[in-house]
Amino acid sequence: MELFSNLALGFGVAFTLQNLAYAFFGALLGTLIGVLPGLGPVATIAMLLPSIYALDATPALIMLAGIYYGAQYGGSTTAILINVPGEASSVVTAMDGYKMARNGRAGPALAAAGLGSFFAGCVGTIVIAAFAPPLTELAFKFGPAEYFSLMVVGLVGAVVLASGSLVKAIAMIILGLLLGQINTDVISGVPRYSFDIPELTDGLGFITIAMGVFGFGEIVMNLSRPPEHREVFTKDVKGLWPTKEDFRQAGPAVLRGTALGSILGVLPGGGALLSAFASYTLEKKLAGPTGRFGNGDIRGVAGPESANNAGAQTSFIPMLTLGIPPNAVMALMVGAMTIKGIQPGPQVMTSNPELFWGLIASMWVGNAMLIILNLPLIGIWIKLLTVPYRFLFPAILVFCAIGLYTTNNNNWDIYIGVLFGLVGYLFFKLGCEPAPLILGFILGPMMEENLRRALLLSRGDWTTFATRPLSAGLLLAAVAMIVVVLLPSIRKKREETFQEEL
Amino acid sequence: MKIKSQRDFWSGVMFIVVGIIFAWGATHYSFGTSARPGPGYFPFGLGILMAALGAIVLVQSLVVGSSDGDPVGAVAWRPLLIVLGSLALFAFLLPRAGMVIALPILVVTSAMAGDEFHWGEALINAVVLTIGSWLIFIKGLGLTIPVWPAFVG
Repeated sequence: MELFSNLALGFGVAFTLQNLAYAFFGALLGTLIGVLPGLGPVATIAMLLPSIYALDATPALIMLAGIYYGAQYGGSTTAILINVPGEASSVVTAMDGYKMARNGRAGPALAAAGLGSFFAGCVGTIVIAAFAPPLTELAFKFGPAEYFSLMVVGLVGAVVLASGSLVKAIAMIILGLLLGQINTDVISGVPRYSFDIPELTDGLGFITIAMGVFGFGEIVMNLSRPPEHREVFTKDVKGLWPTKEDFRQAGPAVLRGTALGSILGVLPGGGALLSAFASYTLEKKLAGPTGRFGNGDIRGVAGPESANNAGAQTSFIPMLTLGIPPNAVMALMVGAMTIKGIQPGPQVMTSNPELFWGLIASMWVGNAMLIILNLPLIGIWIKLLTVPYRFLFPAILVFCAIGLYTTNNNNWDIYIGVLFGLVGYLFFKLGCEPAPLILGFILGPMMEENLRRALLLSRGDWTTFATRPLSAGLLLAAVAMIVVVLLPSIRKKREETFQEEL
Repeated sequence: MKIKSQRDFWSGVMFIVVGIIFAWGATHYSFGTSARPGPGYFPFGLGILMAALGAIVLVQSLVVGSSDGDPVGAVAWRPLLIVLGSLALFAFLLPRAGMVIALPILVVTSAMAGDEFHWGEALINAVVLTIGSWLIFIKGLGLTIPVWPAFVG
């Protein structure tokens, strides 16, 4: 079996002392930032990107991946204990998890979340290993027209599944694409939108934009809110182990959540958040009147937690096989690969098999570490929650500012980061979701290159996108997604779902 | 005509203005032909597309929206100016005065943006973060960051 030999290669890479250490460090750091509200994986990965210059590609990506799935774990801890989702995808967990904590059942809630996530993580790893090679095969058949269409699908998918206004989200993507146009044109060598500023001819760094918008902008946003009153259920965390009844209820929920998350994670724009929402809705429907949803039902914790972890894992598939990031975190991973001189895309599996399979295997290792790390260390995480934000945010600023300086050893990037902090606050005020902008920014140059190459090959014939079957199919899928979302009945339902659950 | 959603109205204005600026900027670069697209081809199309989407958002904001007018709300000038200002100050000071001076100043000034500010706490935080950053970034990762003021080294 090729699958096993590949996985064996991967585990060989993942089990070196150095890579184990980075997986551990990433998972630990991820849990930490997941626990701390107001600091998400996007900002953290952006913060750490400069430091990966010093690392090899494989440990660097292993560490960043660890941060991502670690944050999913950590976020659930705060969601359960203080009703503050440390991470967007934990919003769902807070609904029943916090109620469980209030009923004195914080322990079983945390255990259900942890064990469910671990199971989902294991399945997710196998799914990646099994589905990545065939998808890669398919990707090699892609020409520029197909790649362009694929990116259109990816970008459209990223917004139709998100909450909020569809038109605004698409406009944000285009804004991101346009910001990506500030560079030196690859084909003609003409500097664009640079105003004769030498730093601008290299383009804006996506680290700079991500840190400005997600780091600085979010801090200003958090500070502008009145401090919340938080009740921490720390004393009640005893009796960690769930009862037999809990296992009987949570077990099937974990299985369903894992299956749902594994499928939804692959979709563009899917990933952890959507999977968690879908799983919660499913569990609630299945339980019917017997459920105590909203009042501390363990299925409402186990299902979504498994789903978000499975989704977090499988969202690596499009990034690893096609080089197309399905969400903002993956966009940063693509950026990290580019920094390390690896062109993301289907060729990664053959040109860097150690990196590819090592990363996949390390996800399983990381998940195992997380369960060891999380359950016994819950006490420490809870202590961390008592660190007031007024100590935390200057520290975040310091790390971001130093990170920005070291990207080019120049204070230019800090100034631009400040500018994007302002822009990020503006987006927040206007209710414009910034994640699509990052996706657009990352894909912008790739999209332009493929569009222009496709047009060059077809001698300027735009119908090339519709006449090549694969490309036409992809574009149809994109149109279908938009149409479905705009259908009055679904549109109403979509709005309702997000209103009800958020 | 009453604006039904302030937020969408101003988002629409933003998308239109930025879209037109990018499209106008693109006219300075060779447009090329469809068969041989030039550097202005893609940004021009995108700029127009974004302005068009902005117009849709704008029109929608006049037609649909919540009853309270979805106001943009007051700008939190204090955290906005202090946080961004202290970062800009850090950017200015770092190459000139080095990390030992710029970093504590960043920590203390930015801390003033919070609701609670105590000199004692801020100074302790500054010392801890400066030493921590030195250990992590200079000793640990070996990054080249000016540590001491330019006139000392």
